[in-house]
Amino acid sequence: MEISLLTAVVLVLAAVGFLSGRSRALATAAGGARNLRSLPGHYGYYVAVWCGAPALLLILLWSFFQGTIVESLLVAGLPDVQGLSEAELGLLVNDIRNLASGNIVSKEIDPEMRAAADRYGSLRTMAFGALAVLSLALAIGGGALARGRVSPRFAARERVERAVGVFLIVSSTIAIFTTVGIVLSLLFEALRFFNLIPFTDFLFGLEWSPQTALRADQVGSTGAFGAVPLFTGTFLITLIAMAVAAPIGLLSAIYLSEYAPGRFRGAVKPLLEILAGIPTVVYGFFAALTVAPFFRELGEDLGLDVSSESALAAGVVMGVMIIPFVSSLSDDVINAVPQSLRDGAYGLGATRSETIKQIVLPAALPGIVGSIILAVSRAIGETMIVVMAAGLAANLTANPLESVTTVTVQIVTLLVGDQEFDSPKTLAAFALGLVMFCVTLSLNFIALRVVQRYREQYD
Amino acid sequence: MTGQTAAAATEVVASPEEIREVKATAREVGVFYGETNALRNVNLDIRKNEVTALIGPSGCGKSTFLRCFNRMNDTIDGCRVVGGIMLDGDEILAPNVDVVHLRARVGMVFQKPNPFPKSIFDNVAYGPRIHGLASSRAELEEIVDSSLKRTGLWDEVKDRLHAPGTSLSGGQQQRLCIARAIAVQPEVILMDEPCSALDPIATARIEELIDEIRQHYTIVIVTHSMQQAARVSQQTAFFHLGDLVEKGDTEHIFTAPRDERTQSYITGRIG
Repeated sequence: MEISLLTAVVLVLAAVGFLSGRSRALATAAGGARNLRSLPGHYGYYVAVWCGAPALLLILLWSFFQGTIVESLLVAGLPDVQGLSEAELGLLVNDIRNLASGNIVSKEIDPEMRAAADRYGSLRTMAFGALAVLSLALAIGGGALARGRVSPRFAARERVERAVGVFLIVSSTIAIFTTVGIVLSLLFEALRFFNLIPFTDFLFGLEWSPQTALRADQVGSTGAFGAVPLFTGTFLITLIAMAVAAPIGLLSAIYLSEYAPGRFRGAVKPLLEILAGIPTVVYGFFAALTVAPFFRELGEDLGLDVSSESALAAGVVMGVMIIPFVSSLSDDVINAVPQSLRDGAYGLGATRSETIKQIVLPAALPGIVGSIILAVSRAIGETMIVVMAAGLAANLTANPLESVTTVTVQIVTLLVGDQEFDSPKTLAAFALGLVMFCVTLSLNFIALRVVQRYREQYD
Repeated sequence: MTGQTAAAATEVVASPEEIREVKATAREVGVFYGETNALRNVNLDIRKNEVTALIGPSGCGKSTFLRCFNRMNDTIDGCRVVGGIMLDGDEILAPNVDVVHLRARVGMVFQKPNPFPKSIFDNVAYGPRIHGLASSRAELEEIVDSSLKRTGLWDEVKDRLHAPGTSLSGGQQQRLCIARAIAVQPEVILMDEPCSALDPIATARIEELIDEIRQHYTIVIVTHSMQQAARVSQQTAFFHLGDLVEKGDTEHIFTAPRDERTQSYITGRIG
């Protein structure tokens, strides 16, 4: 709260810096803005950047490290903490913190603790005071220094553009660093899991039954963590979904972009995109209550044994859900193929279907493959429909009429409920996540290579 | 030939010693884009093995008229063509005409080179393939070779027939498109400002090429360059605001135009 106020003050200072920089630039330029090297606004931004950026950076770093520094100061000042374990110490510090902010604490308050809480409070106030003084000094000092450099020959625009460049670079790397962070957090938890369960057992084991015992003599106390049934289940459902979505999506994209009259296209395309907006839970209802019984009855009429929760039902409904991913994106890329190519083919006497098959689709191939990859990753990651329509049983089967389960569904069930965080059952979720990450990554990589190999570049 | 109707334009008087066979005849051709009447009552004879140049300021309807000969206007929504065009005595504007067959007889080269994103070989082989003109691979190669040779592209690309057509320079791409058109062995070739995107050297090369191939084909060319019309064509038709103003031998049009608007345009006063 106090930090946000401080940030606001710095921003106001920066705004003031902008105005003063601009007016100073205009004042120093005899004969108006024409004699300035850069636009007056650039001088304003130059001052504002020097006023705001260092101070904000300081506030950001400070708020990252303040907690740990204040805590270590607090612990250093506590009497008789040598005998405490790490967990007990953590609990104690937490109590002191709660006491200081007036929350409920876990044990009775003794005067020693009260004193510590007061000290914690004063440490925090002191830290904030130091930050406020430092950052405001930085803002005012930086702004004043920058304002002092403003003169008609000063190259403000180049400097502002450089600052903007740095800002853009930082923004673009945030996503990369986040991805790296996700991978690392997965990796560390997964490594802990592989310390408990051998890597080969996990990757090649044919049985999935993630139990852990509460007592050593409990029945079924040894769990089985073979991931193969989960990955075959995922693969099966994805395959069914793509068998529905890829042809229907692609054919409707071809119809919409090449055959449909403009008004029809304008009406149908948004309607198709509504499919993508339906919550997956609703698809789950639809799959479990309508499609699955339908397949079951159909199967009974044909003399087949269809389980009431089947991979087929989940896959088909999921396929319907991702049709718009394929159709909408493919439609866009097909439309982006230049009309001149179509004219060239028509001018040679190609029919519409020859033009589409031999000229338009090859030219649009990279985009079409891209849309299908997007749909596949959507299908692999989909959880809700599978939970509701395909069941939780980890059957190792290629029969779409049986119930199967997928990786994402198991991750959810592993992490739901009260769990110890160091049991293999919980840690298995991270291992599954890691393997799935590798699978989708390599899928994307392969698809990218395929596209590079076969694409027909039209400009 | 027959059917010389009284039109706004003056008539061509062929010198008696020349036998100039007519390949195509346009009679009272008009084109509408929705409500707009882009072209009115055009009567024009296209002579065999000659180059007919269509000139006129932008928006005068000359490209629209050109695109009537292979029914390319069919691909534009809301475009309607009236009147009649006879090609060797066959009416080509009738609704029951097979445009696929027609476009095999009347090839087209566009303003901007538009090679397909395929190899040079496949670009030229595309037309023969879809029309089933070659019964064997050897025959197909023969057609591709001769088309490339006829357009003078052979020596430049013979070592890289499997490189993409889009990797060629602009002038080479346009010659590739001409090779692609003649590989179908059409009777007529329509060219819609084929040199407007090219530099003067590539333009000169294409003009030479047009003059060489006209002995095998009938060529109709739309151009904005007066000099180009004068250099490559035997017949010229001048369009203005949707009307065919004047037509005749290129020599006559450029030396002694009868209509004042033609006079103004070729001397650069309007346009």
